[in-house]
Amino acid sequence: MFDFSVITNWFNNLLLGCMPEWATVLVECIVIAVILLAAYSVLAMFYIFYERKLCAYFQCRLGPMRVGPWGLMQLFADVIKMLIKEIISLKGTDKFLFKLAPYIVVAASVTVFACLPWGYGLQLINYNIGIFFMLAVSSLGVIGILLAGWASNNKYSLVGAMRSGAQMVSYEISMGLALLAIVCLAGTMDINELVWAQENCWFIFKGQIPAIIAFVLYLIAATAETNRGPFDLPEAEHELTAGFHTEYSGISFGMFYLSEYLNLFIVSGIASLMFLGGWMPFHIAGWDGFNNVMNWIPSIVWFLGKTFFISYIIIWFKWTFPRVRIDQLLAFEWKYLMPIALVNLCLMAVCVALGWTF
Amino acid sequence: MAVTIDDVKIKSMKTEDFKDNEYIEKLVEELNATGANVAVGKLDQLINWGISNSLWPLCFGTSCCAIEFMCLGAARYDMARFGFEVARNSPRQADYIMVQGTIVHKMAPALVRLYDQLAEPKYVIACGGCAVSGGPFKKSYCVVDGVDKILPVDVYIPGCPPRPEAMFYGLMQLQRKIKIQKFFGGVNRKEKIKDFFRKHPEDAGEY
Amino acid sequence: MSVKDKISKICPSATFEEGDVLLVNVPAEDWRALAEALKHDPELNFDVLSAVVGMDWKETLGVMYYFTATSRNWEMLSVKVAVADRENPYIDTVSDLWKVANFQEREVYDFYGIKFINHPDMRRFFLRNDWKGYPLRKDYDADPKLNPIPEDDEKNEDATVSYVKDPNGVIKPIPSRVFEMHDYVMNIGPQHPSTHGVMRFRVALNGEEVKKIDVVSGYIHRGIEKLCEELGYPQILHFTDRMDYMSAHQNRHCLCACIEKALGLQVPDRAVVIRTIMDELMRISSHLLAFGCTAMDLGATTAFFYGFREREMVLDIFEKTCGARMSMNYNVIGGVIADLHPDFVKDVKALLAIMPERLKEYHTVFSGNIIAKNRLHVGHLSKKDAINYCITGPSGRGSNWSCDCRKKHPYAAYDRVEFDEVLLDGCDSYSRYMVRMKEIEQSCRIIEQLIDRIPEGDIRAQVPKIVKLPVGHWYTQVEASRGTFGVYIESDGSKNPYRVHFQSPCFNLVGVMDLCCRGNMIADVITIGAALDFVIPDIDR
Repeated sequence: MFDFSVITNWFNNLLLGCMPEWATVLVECIVIAVILLAAYSVLAMFYIFYERKLCAYFQCRLGPMRVGPWGLMQLFADVIKMLIKEIISLKGTDKFLFKLAPYIVVAASVTVFACLPWGYGLQLINYNIGIFFMLAVSSLGVIGILLAGWASNNKYSLVGAMRSGAQMVSYEISMGLALLAIVCLAGTMDINELVWAQENCWFIFKGQIPAIIAFVLYLIAATAETNRGPFDLPEAEHELTAGFHTEYSGISFGMFYLSEYLNLFIVSGIASLMFLGGWMPFHIAGWDGFNNVMNWIPSIVWFLGKTFFISYIIIWFKWTFPRVRIDQLLAFEWKYLMPIALVNLCLMAVCVALGWTF
Repeated sequence: MAVTIDDVKIKSMKTEDFKDNEYIEKLVEELNATGANVAVGKLDQLINWGISNSLWPLCFGTSCCAIEFMCLGAARYDMARFGFEVARNSPRQADYIMVQGTIVHKMAPALVRLYDQLAEPKYVIACGGCAVSGGPFKKSYCVVDGVDKILPVDVYIPGCPPRPEAMFYGLMQLQRKIKIQKFFGGVNRKEKIKDFFRKHPEDAGEY
Repeated sequence: MSVKDKISKICPSATFEEGDVLLVNVPAEDWRALAEALKHDPELNFDVLSAVVGMDWKETLGVMYYFTATSRNWEMLSVKVAVADRENPYIDTVSDLWKVANFQEREVYDFYGIKFINHPDMRRFFLRNDWKGYPLRKDYDADPKLNPIPEDDEKNEDATVSYVKDPNGVIKPIPSRVFEMHDYVMNIGPQHPSTHGVMRFRVALNGEEVKKIDVVSGYIHRGIEKLCEELGYPQILHFTDRMDYMSAHQNRHCLCACIEKALGLQVPDRAVVIRTIMDELMRISSHLLAFGCTAMDLGATTAFFYGFREREMVLDIFEKTCGARMSMNYNVIGGVIADLHPDFVKDVKALLAIMPERLKEYHTVFSGNIIAKNRLHVGHLSKKDAINYCITGPSGRGSNWSCDCRKKHPYAAYDRVEFDEVLLDGCDSYSRYMVRMKEIEQSCRIIEQLIDRIPEGDIRAQVPKIVKLPVGHWYTQVEASRGTFGVYIESDGSKNPYRVHFQSPCFNLVGVMDLCCRGNMIADVITIGAALDFVIPDIDR
């Protein structure tokens, strides 16, 4: 397996050789920030394209075809257009909060994005409470949505934002509990250690039944967290026109749009980290030949492949299911999902205590 | 040095397949006469390429034409192929308003309001006989005889209702018109906003 | 005792005229007593108010009411009430007896300025509140300067008025309010993705719960009925295709049938069968669209595309024979305009062959889904309310009310085919939806029986170049895709009709929105609207 830290260490030493340490840190921070933001926007664009094409195939259509080969340039056209669209400032809005809201949403998702382990040695931040930190920061996004709804001075936005608040706060719980089950199995919250703990067997296999239940619970809760169908109530197009971002135009709307897709990547990334081994190739203990072949595939491909696969499932949900209603949504969480998640956590604890794991 | 445009091409349809190329040639001539410098001109072309390939419609249908518009989005015609598919329900995020169906007196102010709510650059397509001229209801006591009485229209699509193919043709015409618009120096947004507040003094309070 | 004797006993001043439907002439002051008897008297028991037609007979203004007695084999009765006062015409309301009259009377007020005593909410229905004049009166001043294209939005008028007669017989306006001062009112429409057009609902909310809905209509009111009065009979046919564009064939069939009834014209058998097949194809196409839109409004976008896929097949069949995908303009007075395309039978058979399998697929994709089921079990409408509000068509049959015109008084070729009237007793949106899906099967069954038995012969009867109807009035009903569609024609013997009224099913459907939605959530307003499946241009006309 190729260790990316070789490159990063080489770059670090190169800079240290020609400038003082504080300058090295500064330059590295800038380089990382640029790469991060570029990766963020490129991935978001890829995701928009990915979803459009996928939903077209679900619906017996072709999707974008004419702009560039297979419509690959479509997203660039969209971005150019979005950048030059007028940003309308409105009478009766809370100007400061109205402008602040999209930045909060983007900032929250960029921060989580930075924590994801991309490959062997390709990770920006590694805390000993990494997964905990990611959960905490990702839920900051809801503040942006609430602000957007409140500041817009529009009834649709307000109803959309309130729904969003209720929904995201509720589903956070089962999402946390589902991940806690895995933390219980792994015995660590450190992202790096989580990945290495899956060297011989991914958690979804290792934790057997409780892990599989946790995976399903997580997928449902994550879909709700990202405001995607069937839980897309905050922007329920057919009820609230565009929900909390009804009044946003141009690039402010673009930010909501990008962060929505990036959140999809992030929750899929967390799922692949926690259940499918992150960048860890598929290993079977004892089969050294097979494991070596798997190691030939670069770790970053493993990570992206797993993440895209999970995103595929979530997109599949969205285009298949009708939308639930707000009371059904909350009843589902509080009456079914959360109790199941709690029981599952206990089950996992029992399994771990008795050693019923692979 | 100035950039000149020789030909307006869009990928989806050949120039000679359009029935009316004269007007576009005239517009190109006009544009070339005023000219723009290289940097701005090239940037203009890039921006126009972006806008023309990412036209998001505002869902606005009043009658039969709206059903044909739904067919346009459905599997057989699939306007997503051209990048037109992201139909927005909020006027702030849409690029053009396709007036599908009759506009009556009661609806007219609401339509003008929707147009005002669209973010620049914005376009209007009058789709169907009713939107073009009032159609079969022209003589009625409360029908607006064509949306061009209340909005600046870019493209007219006749038909009752127009076939989806006709709607595509109209959209391609709009794409061509966008290709030769001037983004820098062409649209003076400040003037437009001032103009709007002259018309609606009650909204101007905070500006 | 016959209906005639009974009525003359209750109301001695009534006079009678025989016609296609028995007509009762009643003076305005006796009308209320008769109306109560018509509704409550067990021997009369006219439980359905089918149509309310405002009229201007130049010297008098008035209203024609059409009643149906469901208990007596759908016997019909018409009542004519006229007032001579053109400045302040007053007629007693019947909106408390037949709820359907609520909006109907507002429409009459809008068109003719007739005020209904004790009507709770006497506002204009289609036109703006600042509209000058009553457009369907014969002496209406159509000067565009009087009513220019408005520049400002209409103010939200919460104030309404009710005319009440005090004990001295003096009629006084009593002001009231649509919404209370502190209601949180959300505006849905006129431009909204789920109102299926330009309908506007003002919804008073309590959190997400709906307290009250005020229907504001008229955003696509094109004044078709007035336009008809200036055109000859063959020229008015095309308006019907543009009202409910999803029941274009049935609507036009109805108007043609009404004119043919007045002329006493015999339609060739081939045309009769072709009309029947076309009506049923139209019904399939309409219900497919209803399926797609319901699915899309509930958020299941993919199902929408599936519905449209099959709808394109129906449109292809129309296109080959009629020459257009929508607004077919196919029926004409005396028959149909063109003969069938050679591929017609083959194409229809191909459609029939795939439909059963596709219906199963729809169920798998959408209505079999637990989320869709839970979402659709809303909007309770009892059978009693359905009859009172005259909710016909699939929506009425979803409330277990047997109201199919094709069965009750068979027209065209419906008496020679076997089919079932689909009735479900769920009384909610899910039943309405399922009735539609099952009606597609029944339509296929009807077409299957007819497609190989299309008789040879003429496709239309000989009709004079200038069609002139004798003096009189006629009312005809057919079963359109969304319910009973009625056409009223009054003729003064000239080549233009004196008055044409279209009694559209969707007009009644929108009347129950308030009843069905109260106490439900905002999201349910969309669901209920989608399952009722109204088409706005049909309401506004």
